[in-house]
Amino acid sequence: MCGIVGLFCKTETHRHELGRLTAVMLREMRDRGPDSAGFASYDTGAPGRTRITVLAEGIEVDWGPVAAALEKVLDAEVTVRGVHDHAVFSTDGDGRAARQWIIDNVAGASVLSYGSQIELYKAVGDPDLVAERYDLGSRTGTHALAHTRMATESAVTTNGSHPFATGADTCLVHNGSLSNHNRLRRFLEGHGESFQTENDSEVAAGYLSWRMRSGDTISQALEGALDDLDGFYTFAIGVADGFAILRDPIACKPAVVAETDDWVAMSSEYRAIARLPGATHAEIWEPEPARIYTWSLAA
Amino acid sequence: MTRTFDLATTTRRKLNQALHDASGGESFEVVNPRGAHAVACGITADIDVMVRGSVGYYCAGMHQQGRVRVEGNASTGLAENIMSGTVHITGNATMSAGATGCGGLVVVGGNAGARCGISMKGVDIVVGGNVGHMSAFMAQAGNLVVCGDAAADLGDSIYEARIFVRGDVESLGADCVEKEMRPEHVDTLARLLAAAAPATDGAEASQFRRYGSARRLYNFTIDDVDSLETDR
Repeated sequence: MCGIVGLFCKTETHRHELGRLTAVMLREMRDRGPDSAGFASYDTGAPGRTRITVLAEGIEVDWGPVAAALEKVLDAEVTVRGVHDHAVFSTDGDGRAARQWIIDNVAGASVLSYGSQIELYKAVGDPDLVAERYDLGSRTGTHALAHTRMATESAVTTNGSHPFATGADTCLVHNGSLSNHNRLRRFLEGHGESFQTENDSEVAAGYLSWRMRSGDTISQALEGALDDLDGFYTFAIGVADGFAILRDPIACKPAVVAETDDWVAMSSEYRAIARLPGATHAEIWEPEPARIYTWSLAA
Repeated sequence: MTRTFDLATTTRRKLNQALHDASGGESFEVVNPRGAHAVACGITADIDVMVRGSVGYYCAGMHQQGRVRVEGNASTGLAENIMSGTVHITGNATMSAGATGCGGLVVVGGNAGARCGISMKGVDIVVGGNVGHMSAFMAQAGNLVVCGDAAADLGDSIYEARIFVRGDVESLGADCVEKEMRPEHVDTLARLLAAAAPATDGAEASQFRRYGSARRLYNFTIDDVDSLETDR
């Protein structure tokens, strides 16, 4: 069992409190997954700048020299700020190259996300404490995803925590399990994706990244996912300019969606939505199996 | 007199204990449910419970005798294993509404999600809107009435329950077939529509088609037919 939540602000009204509202939702899903948690949030960022969120769990890393080395590799300015055991690099260079260089060259570090709008944090421990430590409550922006994990198939580790992101500004949270992830991982590795865990959900994230890097829209990528992913899933997905939901054709894993003029919220359970402003007047429904739901900032 | 429980300030356990302690005839009101699970579960007395707001999983589970009304939506497992009495929600239900119910009446004013009436064993379920895929999956007895449309694989692996649908059926599941509407079916349906009004939006029995088991999938022999509610 896991708990997933997503909040997409359609209008400006709640963007200043995106993090606070996401933390409220995450707290309600705490007992679906008390062992670890993570969240990703999207803001407008700065033009031309890519941020890379990195985790170095249990080790001390002096990030300054890493940033200096990365500057030489990218031939572009790199800044870095530490956030507990995470670090957020910022550069006007090639984010994808930066991601791969950090994976290959910084021992013990994992790259959690890269993109112009996304930052992503995850840790083992009580979801409330994770939200507090990485200051989810003060984040502003357009949309956010969060996850509480109850590990059933593998160890309680930060690397097994969601969200997962392998491509630019593309991340997902997953409730369920995939059965063809090993074969699919090998296929995707042959097509230029790189993975950092043995986790099935990371493969789903990599699949979407690969499809979107190949020119697909998120809807096209999810059409492909319906054919190519085998298993149980309720996904909430964030991309640079939008938010999406997909459930497998059997729809075993729970999901509820609520929408108002100002926001769309998705969660494993309604109680995460119940505390959002205007929830009592929201349109509320259960997303249908194998149907792709998307919301775009551009619309 | 109505006793009110505010779930913003009191625990669901206190609410449910009070409902279990009731002997019959009392009425209760629940406010601020905020999606809480297991609201009004395990009622056995002839009482009335009004829930103002949306509830979480297993609302009115294992229900007997009384009447629970929810002004809002309900999540997974509404009235699961209901034995008797009535559970009525005005909004939508998510998955598995009325699952395994053995008796009583479940009314969903809006739409019901996937697997509505899964493994139903005698309950009557009336849905004012649509039902999701695989509704009445392995249904054994009782009636599922759908005033709107039914999604894919309706009645898959059904045993002896009856399904009535007013709108379109996306597809029938394995061993589920359309059957003749005989006068006794029209009577049953009219009775259920009347009991569930106004959630049925003016639906009339003549507008429905009946579906049930072709009896090719499970071990059915004609010698056993007297032991069943015969529905050939």
